[in-house]
Amino acid sequence: MLEVFIFATLNGLVTGFLLFMLASGLTLIFSMMGVLNFAHASFYMLGAYVAYSISLYFGFWTGLIFAPLIVGLLGALIERYGLRRVHQSGHVAELVFTFGLAFLIEEAVQFFWGRDTKNYQTPDLLDFPLFTLFGQEFSAYRGFMMTISIGIFIALYYVLTKSRVGIIIQAAITHPQTVANLGHNVPLIFMGVFGVGTALAGLAGVIAGPVLTTFPGMATVLGSIVFVIVVIGGLGSLAGAFIASLMIGLLQSYAIASDVGMPDLLNLLGISFARDHPLNDLWTINLPQIAPVLPFLLLVLVLIFRPTGLLGKREE
Amino acid sequence: MAMLKKSAIWIAFAVALLGMPQIFDTILAISILNQMAIAIVFALSYNMLLGQGGMLSFGHAVYFGLGGFLSVHALILIEFETMVFSILWIPLIGGLFGLLAGLFIGSFSTRKAGTVFAMISLGIGELIAASSLIFSSFFGGEAGISGDRTFGPTFFGVDFTQNIDIYYVATFWVFLATLFMYLFTQTPAGRMANAVRDNPERAEFIGYSARKVRFISFCASGLFAGIAGGLFALNYEFITEENLNAATSGRVLLMAYIGGLGYFIGPIIGAVILTLMNSLLSNYSELWMLYLGIMFLLTVMFLPRGFAGLIMMHQVAWVRGTLTLLIKPYIITGVPAILFTLTAILLIEMSHTEDEIFHFLGMALNTSSSVTWVVALALFGCTFFATRKSLGQLNEAWETANAISKDEQT
Repeated sequence: MLEVFIFATLNGLVTGFLLFMLASGLTLIFSMMGVLNFAHASFYMLGAYVAYSISLYFGFWTGLIFAPLIVGLLGALIERYGLRRVHQSGHVAELVFTFGLAFLIEEAVQFFWGRDTKNYQTPDLLDFPLFTLFGQEFSAYRGFMMTISIGIFIALYYVLTKSRVGIIIQAAITHPQTVANLGHNVPLIFMGVFGVGTALAGLAGVIAGPVLTTFPGMATVLGSIVFVIVVIGGLGSLAGAFIASLMIGLLQSYAIASDVGMPDLLNLLGISFARDHPLNDLWTINLPQIAPVLPFLLLVLVLIFRPTGLLGKREE
Repeated sequence: MAMLKKSAIWIAFAVALLGMPQIFDTILAISILNQMAIAIVFALSYNMLLGQGGMLSFGHAVYFGLGGFLSVHALILIEFETMVFSILWIPLIGGLFGLLAGLFIGSFSTRKAGTVFAMISLGIGELIAASSLIFSSFFGGEAGISGDRTFGPTFFGVDFTQNIDIYYVATFWVFLATLFMYLFTQTPAGRMANAVRDNPERAEFIGYSARKVRFISFCASGLFAGIAGGLFALNYEFITEENLNAATSGRVLLMAYIGGLGYFIGPIIGAVILTLMNSLLSNYSELWMLYLGIMFLLTVMFLPRGFAGLIMMHQVAWVRGTLTLLIKPYIITGVPAILFTLTAILLIEMSHTEDEIFHFLGMALNTSSSVTWVVALALFGCTFFATRKSLGQLNEAWETANAISKDEQT
């Protein structure tokens, strides 16, 4: 029991930190532009594919450095020539634009790389078990994923709160006019934040690609989960996104690892139903089965009872 | 007079609907017409939310799918003679279930519009799509459920074995649904939906509850989406989880947006275009989804009011009688623009194909020869440049055609 718990926790943390790399960019972009970027997970997918292509020629480590840069540059260009244009037509048009972008990127990925799963592998250097606990191995690559994610979290926190650039960004979120009056190029800052946000998503893709498999549907798998995190954490709140990422990561990990379900609950209550009961599906349901649904259930509940999320301040 | 003009439009619509299978009478055409009928009702119901009510939904397929699932269950009940009625009324069952789902989900999701509403709709959509795989006795798991429409009493001798029979059933429902959706826009509830979309605060000040207004639109939209789902069930006789998941929700958003949100006719145009692309273009190119994506993004960027908006832009020139001034400039810009689009498509297809000889518009092109590529790329560059150059004269002509003439100024 204990080893299941420890491994579920470790895996949950790995997923949670990975999710935070996506959620942090998404929530920053939201607080600047007031638009949720539907295509954010698509940049994550692009990161994985670009890194895969680079790794074929130059190895994993070159991909790790250059793929996020390429994705970030692409993101900045899309902001400059696409999103900024749509901005005049209002928020709904912006949201719809990013939605279309997600659609297009998925099709483009299939155009350039094909529909099949890519054999994107972890580097040989990290292909050993980091430690063995209760006879189960924890791979070095997962440790590496966690290190990178935590490193990004600390760097982001430091840059945003301590550095001059970070302070200008924070000011531009709340008082764009004033910041512009002080002589800063606010549209450039927006473009930069969009670029950095998408680069972070790309980096998440690079390190997640080998573990979560690189295939054209990988954006869809993670896309809505990242949305859930950003909303639960409170739109625009970086700390909220951090808490929600870990929460969702752990929640899913525990739910998958557990083997309890409705039958146990019914046993506990001393109720039983015949097998041909019309709601038989409901009485035999178990927790691993509903693990994928849990984040969305949480999302709907949070939106109904606390639309601002855990740490959000913004009321529309 | 205005009344007469309006009923003339509706009569023309009915005649067009009934006349379609006379002109296009192949099996393929009938099946496309059926798909179109379903798509029109679905897209119009979506426009009730987004175009008229200002609620961006990413989970509209839920009502379509739930209506469809209950309709297939109704077909099964008819088959086992638990219920006896003509399958003509199946879409109504779908609609009522869509309404019921709308009543329940709308009761908590319509409190706010904007991002909050969009996120709730996304969450509900994912929730129901995922649960549909768990509760397999109702949803049939991944395989879905299927029924048979040929049971039940015949309707004046028609036993609904042919697709064309279903087309006439669909026509009846499409006409009715379109008429009622149009009439809804004319009711106080429909008018208030527009007001709440544009400025919820003001609507509240004059004594309307924005939430109640949204709720009414939401339920009505669920009803019509359910009718579309019922038509789907009748046409295909089966339904799966795919019909209520995010991909279907996305497709209806594309239809409504490409067609034009602000106009009642917009989603109809969008539904027709997308169904045609889906069923015809997919025969010619496996990349049609890529083209659809590009077309959608270009629409959002350059035609925020969709194709209907593009048509309506010419209203002023039409009224002034200056529309003829635009013909020549349109041709001057249009020819290089069309050539540009064709070369772009050619380049995309050529880089995708594995055949050595690629057939395009009656030409056989050798994809391994660099000459083909150089010529295609040169044409691509030239037509792009020519299109850009020609935009100036088009703009000028547009200004003249829409300029206020001297006697109007005074």
